[in-house]
Amino acid sequence: MADSVISVRGLRKSYGELEAVAGIDLEVTAGEVFAFLGPNGAGKTTTVEILEGYIGRDGGEVAVLGIDPSSADRSWRERIGIVLQTCRLDPYLTVRESLELYAGYYRVPRSVEETLTLVGLEDKAGDRTGSLSGGQQRRLDVGIALIGDPELLFLDEPTTGFDPSARRQAWETIAGLRDLGKTIFLTTHYMDEAQRLADRVAIISRGQVVARGTPEDLGGREDRPTTISYRLNGEERSLQTTDPVEALHELTGHALAEGLELEGLEARRPDLEDVYLSLTSEEPG
Amino acid sequence: MSGLALVGHQFRYDQKVFWRNPAAVFFTVGFPVILLLIFGTVFGDQTVDVRGGVETTTYYVPAIITLSIISATMQSLAMSLVIAREDGRLKRGRGTPLPAWVFIAGRVGNSIVVALLMLALIMALGRIAYGVAIPWSRLPSILFVLVIGAAAFCCLGVALTAAIPSEDAAAPIVNALLLPLYFLSGVFIPDDQLPAGVIHFADVFPIRHFFEALFDAYLGGGSAVSWDNLAVVAIWGVAGLLAAIRWFRWTPRAR
Repeated sequence: MADSVISVRGLRKSYGELEAVAGIDLEVTAGEVFAFLGPNGAGKTTTVEILEGYIGRDGGEVAVLGIDPSSADRSWRERIGIVLQTCRLDPYLTVRESLELYAGYYRVPRSVEETLTLVGLEDKAGDRTGSLSGGQQRRLDVGIALIGDPELLFLDEPTTGFDPSARRQAWETIAGLRDLGKTIFLTTHYMDEAQRLADRVAIISRGQVVARGTPEDLGGREDRPTTISYRLNGEERSLQTTDPVEALHELTGHALAEGLELEGLEARRPDLEDVYLSLTSEEPG
Repeated sequence: MSGLALVGHQFRYDQKVFWRNPAAVFFTVGFPVILLLIFGTVFGDQTVDVRGGVETTTYYVPAIITLSIISATMQSLAMSLVIAREDGRLKRGRGTPLPAWVFIAGRVGNSIVVALLMLALIMALGRIAYGVAIPWSRLPSILFVLVIGAAAFCCLGVALTAAIPSEDAAAPIVNALLLPLYFLSGVFIPDDQLPAGVIHFADVFPIRHFFEALFDAYLGGGSAVSWDNLAVVAIWGVAGLLAAIRWFRWTPRAR
């Protein structure tokens, strides 16, 4: 594929007896936000650390920006940005100084002022990083990962452990990166995060990809039955159908003809959460 | 940026971080000053029976310089690198184009500059408080000994991080190694008070030899540079360098 940014074939990695990554294929194209979704211990971080060049692999082929990360050099590192799952900042540097320090590592860095604005920390520029809230520190992490103006950005569980408002702030920042045309590889164990941010999602469970697609049609969601629920004379009723238009037509036609009241009538397609839970909880045969 | 310009860039920020860290400044700068004032005040009017007798205050100036240099290099590097490793900052740095050697060179440069500063500060304090003459003519030998020693103790500091499993373990492990050796090597307790067996034991380690080399350079008398002592220090430094290359880690261990 011409604009393939990440290409993975049959990736394998074991730690002793445990096969953390058991044959994964991935294809990420330029400019997309790709979410790698799965429960803790599914192999997400192992995979992303192989892609980032931190650890080696036992088998398979990997190309990131056309280069094998295990033999990556300085010029490859100029083109990627990494936000680690857990990483503190130097508490004795200010926000601006932290960005300036990392900017110095790159040949053609982004402007520090622009980056401050991009991650919404322009008012905090002179503050020590130790005084920032968790959400603000995360935004600075993103700013530092962007300071080299990378083509590809890795975000490893960017909002794990955040309160709802900090998560929302971080999401807004990440969603804003799409406008910069960056390719983003995101790992998360939050369904709503993938749904909110990603163009495409791969669900990983026990080291293998169990489903992939857009958040809308993931896991054959299009084909799964819709649930229609309502109350009739105070009694909860529900039915499942693969043809909700037909079923609703029949139901409401019947109700109108008989003068029945269908309280709380609702037709609900399975959401990503239902799909995710059913896919990641199935025991392998 | 070229490699050297990049070292300068890293060094500038390492300096900022060092001087803004109250604990680092206290233990590296304040603590040796306090020690010299305490030892000088308590034992000030005595003499030490080495080299046909030197005043205690004269003895303690190179002793405290020895401690200051080890503190600015080995101790401060081991502590700050373990904290940065466990914070994930070393791992983050490895994910950037910054070459590993530039990062280490910035830190080592920072340590050596602080060590030079401590030499000047303790020499000046010895002169002002106790009238210990500053040996201007032997300054080149003193600087030579300092640079060899500082480099060796930097290597040992980087190597020591491999033996420290977590942030919390850093201070206890570093102090458990250094404090007894300061006592046994004549840094805290003058030579003539120590049994020969203790000195023989301390002679295995680099602190005693570094102190002797610095003592010779400071007080003169013997050869300007005590080569055999410096050789032992250098061998320890090279061993530290090899251990650091083999076992130094960029990723957190405790989590």
